[in-house]
Amino acid sequence: MNAKELKKYFPILDQEVNGHPLVYLDSAATSQKPVQVIEAITDYYRQSNSNVHRGVHTLGNRATDLYEGARDKVRKFINAASTKEIVFLRGTTTALNLVAQSYGRANVKEGDEIVITLMEHHSNIIPWQQLAKQTGATLKYIPLQDDGTLSLEDVRKTVTPNTKIVSVMMVSNVLGTINPIAEITKIAHENGAVMVVDAAQAAPHMKVDVQQLDCDFLAFSGHKMCGPTGIGVLYGKEHLLDNMEPIEFGGEMIDFVGLYESTWKELPWKFEGGTPIIAGAIGLGAAIDFLSEIGMDAIEQHEHKLASYAMDIVTEIPGISVFGPKRGKDRASVVTFNLDDVHPHDVATVLDADGIAVRAGHHCAQTLMKWCKVSATARASFYLYNTEEDIDRFAASLLKTKEYFSDVF
Amino acid sequence: MSFNNLDQLYRQVIMDHYKNPRNKGSIDDGSVTVDMNNPTCGDRIHLTMKVEDGIVTDAKFDGEGCSISMSSASMMTQAIKGKNIDHAIKLSQIFSEMMLGNDYPDDLDLGDIEALQGVAKFPARIKCATLSWKAMEKGLEGEK
Repeated sequence: MNAKELKKYFPILDQEVNGHPLVYLDSAATSQKPVQVIEAITDYYRQSNSNVHRGVHTLGNRATDLYEGARDKVRKFINAASTKEIVFLRGTTTALNLVAQSYGRANVKEGDEIVITLMEHHSNIIPWQQLAKQTGATLKYIPLQDDGTLSLEDVRKTVTPNTKIVSVMMVSNVLGTINPIAEITKIAHENGAVMVVDAAQAAPHMKVDVQQLDCDFLAFSGHKMCGPTGIGVLYGKEHLLDNMEPIEFGGEMIDFVGLYESTWKELPWKFEGGTPIIAGAIGLGAAIDFLSEIGMDAIEQHEHKLASYAMDIVTEIPGISVFGPKRGKDRASVVTFNLDDVHPHDVATVLDADGIAVRAGHHCAQTLMKWCKVSATARASFYLYNTEEDIDRFAASLLKTKEYFSDVF
Repeated sequence: MSFNNLDQLYRQVIMDHYKNPRNKGSIDDGSVTVDMNNPTCGDRIHLTMKVEDGIVTDAKFDGEGCSISMSSASMMTQAIKGKNIDHAIKLSQIFSEMMLGNDYPDDLDLGDIEALQGVAKFPARIKCATLSWKAMEKGLEGEK
């Protein structure tokens, strides 16, 4: 694949920021959108906008076909067995909360254990903290190795027959660690627990095959994979979703409604109360078409090359500390770092003055920041539209930052 | 280097306060203690103030954060020491106006604080600058 050619599909990248051509290195926060996605959304609003699942009229049918068509695209994208297993929700956070509040409330009781890891994003911590508080279950953390990876031995030590839920991120948004989800799933299953996967940082960047992973639930967000904000996906194995109660009630999700009792639609619609996120799902479908045409393997290879290139250059800068695993196969295209004593906010402000967008802060991972023994870090994250030239600009600007602060200090 | 507008942000006096913070630490018998953080970025401040007969007789801060938040805290403690509560709160209001890029009354001596004016041009950094001031206001409101 040719990133320079692909960049042309992203109109937002063709602009100057503070007098410099924009280099966008914050795709782990949200990705940019190609014209194909932007057009799919505007075309829908210009030509097909209507409510779904209820119209006898032509537009209603067209909107329903587009919405359900997007669901099938998602199914194929993650190789789920059936569209019944694909629930459209607002994003990863909503999806994980649904699993915690529906599956969790029904299946976790006092004395049980919920197991997560020390590298999780807040969205895969707080829903389980709340569930533990509500049920009297214990929340346990799988520790991290010094290089920011998980050891299967630690997983085996932490997961026990009392564990009912194991929930792990597939790729770390801070460390770039790629976790061995299939192996962890096996351990969870051996102990009778269900396996939940936060794939928010994986689905955009690599092939995710839910049947190969054999996980029970998997969540991801559209906006990190070239789709719009406000749309996400919960995958769940059919027999599990089938036995779960909705947590949102109202229109669209009902079958029969009586004065005092009602019944729910079948899967997946019983979890999609209210008018669904129609344009969002269609936009996500267009994003999946875009990514699939390039090929997830090609994207993964490109990003791996970029990550290695960036790690080689950045780690050479004196005074820089990079968090997470060393360069290698099991490292995603995220470089989280601190530069000397310059606070990450100050680094990000100086880079921004150079037209380079990076994230600074705790990256929604305060527990992980504690583990890193810092209060904040700066992060550059790459995607299919980034090039080696972008990284050269980034590295040159880091050197300038260093120089600038040694001047003012 | 094409960092001219950065120089408006990182003024020499700001960097001086960052490198050599005034009133760093904690007052053991501080009558007012406020802990505040900026949940979006992880900056945090621990502010202790001694208030006697409506006058802030001492103020110290501890915390973690960027050059803007820490220098602002240093300047803030310097500015309120020896002032009465109303004066200190008025300074905070003036500071807020300054951060919004608005005109502010010029009847009070702002001293070093004026160096932070440039922050108004960097919207993402305004919250860094105002953290300690918000903490001070919160603490002193309870003493009124």
